[in-house]
Amino acid sequence: MNILMLGWELPPHNSGGLGVACYHLSKSLAIQGAKIDFIVPYTAEHPDIDFMKIHAVTAMTPDERNGLGVYDSSKAVTSRELPDIPGGSKNIRDLQRNYVSYIENFIIHNDVDVVHAHDWLTMEAGVRAKELTGVPLIVHVHATEFDRSGEFSGNPIVHEIEQTALLMADRIFAVSSITKSIIVHRYGIPADKVEVVYNGFDPASFDDTYNYDALTYRYLESLKEEGYTVVATITRFTVQKGLSHLMHAAAKVLDQYDKVVFLFAGDGEQRDELVHLAAHLGISDKVLFTGFVRGKKWRDAYSVADVFVMSSVSEPFGLTALEAAHHDNALVISKQSGVGEVLNSIFRFDYWDTDLLADQIIGLATSPAMLRAMKRNVQDEYANLSWNDIAEQCMTHYSLTSNKVAA
Amino acid sequence: MNNKSIVLYFQLHQPYRVKRYTIFDTAHDHVYFNDEGESDKNNKAVFERVAEKSYRPMTELLEKLMYEQPDFRFSLSITGVFLEQAAQWAPDIIESVQRMVASGRVELLSETYHHSLAFFHSKSEFETQVALHREAIFKTFGVIPLVFRNTELAYNDELASWAAGRGYKTILAEGWDTALDWRSPNHVYRAAGSDTLALMLKNYRLSDDLAFRFSDQRWAEWPLTAGKYIDWLHSSDDSGSIINLFMDFETFGEHQWESTGIFQFFADFVKEWSVSHGAFSTISQAVEAHEPVDTVSMPQTITWADAERDLSAWNGNELQKEALRHVYDLEHEIIQTEDADLIADWRKLLTSDHFYYMATKWHEDGNIHAYFSPYDSPYDAFLSYMNVIRDIRWRVMQHRKGL
Repeated sequence: MNILMLGWELPPHNSGGLGVACYHLSKSLAIQGAKIDFIVPYTAEHPDIDFMKIHAVTAMTPDERNGLGVYDSSKAVTSRELPDIPGGSKNIRDLQRNYVSYIENFIIHNDVDVVHAHDWLTMEAGVRAKELTGVPLIVHVHATEFDRSGEFSGNPIVHEIEQTALLMADRIFAVSSITKSIIVHRYGIPADKVEVVYNGFDPASFDDTYNYDALTYRYLESLKEEGYTVVATITRFTVQKGLSHLMHAAAKVLDQYDKVVFLFAGDGEQRDELVHLAAHLGISDKVLFTGFVRGKKWRDAYSVADVFVMSSVSEPFGLTALEAAHHDNALVISKQSGVGEVLNSIFRFDYWDTDLLADQIIGLATSPAMLRAMKRNVQDEYANLSWNDIAEQCMTHYSLTSNKVAA
Repeated sequence: MNNKSIVLYFQLHQPYRVKRYTIFDTAHDHVYFNDEGESDKNNKAVFERVAEKSYRPMTELLEKLMYEQPDFRFSLSITGVFLEQAAQWAPDIIESVQRMVASGRVELLSETYHHSLAFFHSKSEFETQVALHREAIFKTFGVIPLVFRNTELAYNDELASWAAGRGYKTILAEGWDTALDWRSPNHVYRAAGSDTLALMLKNYRLSDDLAFRFSDQRWAEWPLTAGKYIDWLHSSDDSGSIINLFMDFETFGEHQWESTGIFQFFADFVKEWSVSHGAFSTISQAVEAHEPVDTVSMPQTITWADAERDLSAWNGNELQKEALRHVYDLEHEIIQTEDADLIADWRKLLTSDHFYYMATKWHEDGNIHAYFSPYDSPYDAFLSYMNVIRDIRWRVMQHRKGL
């Protein structure tokens, strides 16, 4: 099976979970015998990847690509006919045009059984490949424009690109039932065309030489010695993450039980608003902001925490919850987060239900036995989310789709 | 035209700014004021720069004017945290002030050592800081001040009662219209609630002509010459006997750069004022020479800052209220440790400037706040400050454990 995988990023040049998911999925597909050509828009070394062939669309560096704002589509596209900028592909539409041209050339010179396109960034290229050769097209939806734009309406051009590709696709993979529901109800796609393909989790990719360093968050450790419970969220500070709801819940928690401290790890356009909200609620002292964390500080943030909260308003999957579980956290996940669909030993709440969220956090903070049980039980559950199983599921659908298209 | 006396008072102060201090520094790094980078959080660099631009040229000019004009007098208030930094990085400035004070023509005022607004948060801490300041002034200059000025000229009747009770003869305040009503600031007043305490009020229009408007090219009066300014002084309330010009020392050379002509202006102004039969007085001299004409009451706190003239520049928003609450909540625990370093660090965190950097009112006054802030935003100032408060608390805990 020759798979043409249309991607936007791969580790270590990823700015988010999309690259991680593409990496693990491709690796597991390769183990099952797939021959993969993986397209990225930039040029860079990928030292850990020898199981597939990586093709670069442009000579742009990953950093330049990041500068275009992959996730913030509101900044990305304002017009379909953006003028070319002399001196290179400095805007995302130009880069996408280059991507399409590259695929037009690639598809007629190579033997491809299935095209697998990830998210709106590469959907046009996938559609063009199908138009030119009739090759089966799989569109893999990690997030829709509705998820990215939070309470705003999103970029109409991105919506249109998604709409066209979802209609043209022979099969659609959605990372959760929540995402499938958006595809069905908001893009009007028949439900039987959409397959839920969850993300997996590979604990092995974490077990390097990491050891928790209790000194990184020494202040928090000293509070824990005094009986405090650490509640963490590790995320981008954007509206879709529902962090203001978490902050209101934190105030309700502290009103009832003050031996809880909240760690807000990350950064984003909502930071100042959250800092101000904590002050407004009179809980600044119990809310710690780390700024953007990576590497050791990032993993130690999971390790110092007892409880991980994902308060997203709209989260197609939410890999960070599994990372938190792997670092021995009890999970409290909004019902609007896809990752909750694959876990049982967690607390769930509607993102706006701050009373319930506060109640759940107080419950965990005041019951060591329940906290221990939830930490332990969720471990068995994420361990079952194997990328190999997911790759198998994909292979089945590649075959089904190829046969159907051929017929 | 009567002969008015000019009462000049300059404020000398530099805070110990908190460096960028994250939660990863908390419980590790107990030195908060030692930024060594390029930013204006680097206290040494700021002090040396302002010394070069303002303190040195202005003290030189003042000494020269005192030498040339035997009647030239003025008053200075110098915070303890300024003295500490000057002793470390520019001791020549202290020496210059010592010479001027020794001449008997420069009066030094009393205030809090740490340039704090402790009066409004903790009377015991306020008393301690005033005592520390008196001690430092006596040790450095050999004088005991008789005039009190509170940080940012923050004043109310309660403060006046306190000052009278402590034996001060005079206290300073902003000559704000709401308190003065139809009256002019160009007189000595009596502070409400006291028979003995004289109240000297800043003539904010004429003071701010120099402090804020001097170099503003959009100002209708720009460029301001010494002659024009002296005309204004003469015509300002004919019945008045004094004109209180109160401003930051850094007006000369830092807020108004040398290139604006501020030094030349000041030299011309002092010489021409003397020639036009005007006099200069220290605050105590002016109070001695003139009977109070009336009693002024300010039940509400009035400061010299912003259009509101209240404390909102320091406690107006929720960030500031939180930070103030947490730092003052630590008072008793901190004092009980009897750990001199810990207490000194905590006191440096009471300096009003820290809260000023957290101001979020970006209207007309926002520009001034932004200009004086070394932080990217009020939120950054707040986060660093809160992480330092946590470290202070951690040190208290360690102390309690006997570590």
